[in-house]
Amino acid sequence: MRTQNATAYRFLTPYLLVFAVFWIWPIVSSFLISFQATRTVPWRFAPTFNWGRLIGDPAFYNALKNTLLILVIQVPVMISLAIVMAVLLNSPLLKARGLYRFAFFAPVVVGEVAYSAVFRLMFSLDFGIVNKLLESVGLAKIDWFSNVTPAMALIMIAVTWRWAGYNAILILAGLQSIPEDVYEAATLDRVSKLKQFLYITLPLLKPVIVFCAVLSIIGTMQLFTEPFLITERGGPGGGTETLGLLLYRQGFRSLNFGYASAVAYTMAGLAIAITLVQLWLTREPK
Amino acid sequence: MTSRSQARLGRSVLLHLFLTPLALVWLFPLWMMVVFSTMPDNGIFSPGIELLPHDNFLDNVANLQRDTNFIGAIGISVAVAVTYTVLSVLLTSMAGWALARYEFHGKGAVVAIIFGTITLPYAVVLIPQFIMVARDFALANTWIALIVPPLFNSLGVLFMRQAFSMMPAELFDAARVEGVKEWRIFLFVALPLARPMLAALAIILFLASWNNYLWPLLINSQPGAMTAPVALGTLIGLTKVSWGGIMAGAVMLTVPMLIVFVLLQRHFIAGIAAGAVK
Repeated sequence: MRTQNATAYRFLTPYLLVFAVFWIWPIVSSFLISFQATRTVPWRFAPTFNWGRLIGDPAFYNALKNTLLILVIQVPVMISLAIVMAVLLNSPLLKARGLYRFAFFAPVVVGEVAYSAVFRLMFSLDFGIVNKLLESVGLAKIDWFSNVTPAMALIMIAVTWRWAGYNAILILAGLQSIPEDVYEAATLDRVSKLKQFLYITLPLLKPVIVFCAVLSIIGTMQLFTEPFLITERGGPGGGTETLGLLLYRQGFRSLNFGYASAVAYTMAGLAIAITLVQLWLTREPK
Repeated sequence: MTSRSQARLGRSVLLHLFLTPLALVWLFPLWMMVVFSTMPDNGIFSPGIELLPHDNFLDNVANLQRDTNFIGAIGISVAVAVTYTVLSVLLTSMAGWALARYEFHGKGAVVAIIFGTITLPYAVVLIPQFIMVARDFALANTWIALIVPPLFNSLGVLFMRQAFSMMPAELFDAARVEGVKEWRIFLFVALPLARPMLAALAIILFLASWNNYLWPLLINSQPGAMTAPVALGTLIGLTKVSWGGIMAGAVMLTVPMLIVFVLLQRHFIAGIAAGAVK
């Protein structure tokens, strides 16, 4: 086949230009910046300046710990919930399917700021509807913002509410691509519904579930808006500060670009590791 | 009634008994957003439980407008999201078309780079982008700063590449035999055929721009240049501010998108699900 270099690059150039300037170059640049001392003018090359500080910085370990804690609890809970939602929404027995779909998928269109504001109000100590409802059934109200554990729980609840339906959409698409006759054969062989789910549905869904998990992990790893707005700049006292918030605070409050780039590349390192694990989990069997 | 259909009925009842409370819990924050947006501040901060809307919405909008120029910010958000969507759909479908339909030198490398960087966190590019746009180009607090840098999105290219490569080659070859130029084939044959995919992509891109928070927060921080989410975000956490107003703003940001979602649900879901189907 004859090559069509000129035509092809005419179509590609505008995109490649933007891609190179605003994505590829910054990826390289931020790596280089992480090795520079950026609080002196001009910046100077100082390979251990930021990375050395990072390794000894309690604020970094605090943010890393909080981020990983949210990851380890929130992502599995949300993915399980999304699987349940998708499987039940796919059930032929369900009536008024559209209403249920709307309920679970609607948060997908809600912006971070809008829902952060609502959650902040709903969970406020004295006038929040959640504490009022807890008290009305005889439970003690919870101080969601002044104690670390409830504050972390609140962040996880909020993120799960926002993203479970998104993952359910992906999983539902995966479910609907499983051919019907697989189940018909199993039903003829009197395999119970539960066993069909465990031994047919889940294995066939594995690539989609792993994909959702990777997307969610990378998303949650960069968590910023929720601890910024809901728990007020990572409060109480840094108790919900994430890596994303640390990057913001260092880069854009203290204008310490070098250190913030080191934090960013730590996140990238984690993301690359997680992507490699995904590729390994979904590799083609030999 | 046979025992089999009884079991079916039982399962159906169980299903609805489980799913209905879950659906209500899921709708609750959205419902409360609407309720709060219609209540005066002294109603929001009162000990009683209020679950039904009041009639204070327009006063809350006025309170919000007093706290920040929200209507102006909405105007910026709409203009930016529309421009961004049009440009991004055009750029990504042109690139997707080239990758799907032509053989050329460096094709493998281009695809590999786009795929290879797709799971890198956005945080990695944030600082250099900011330095470049704010310092080197001196474009902070302009529309260009809001529209151009986010145009790099890779999922759109891969989505459109997929869409164009599924079309039968004969369609385009027939036009080529007639001597139709390539850009005309793209514009008048390929794009119209890809309409459902373009719709799905456009909706997702519009939504992403409309809700974008971190980049606009950093780059357009001057009051007159803020997008609506950023303007609303500046009020959260302040003391002398109308929470009814904030909720009215949240409703103005959210309800139009919910209506679009209901009307175009099929495209919406196709656009989101496309991320998973590679």
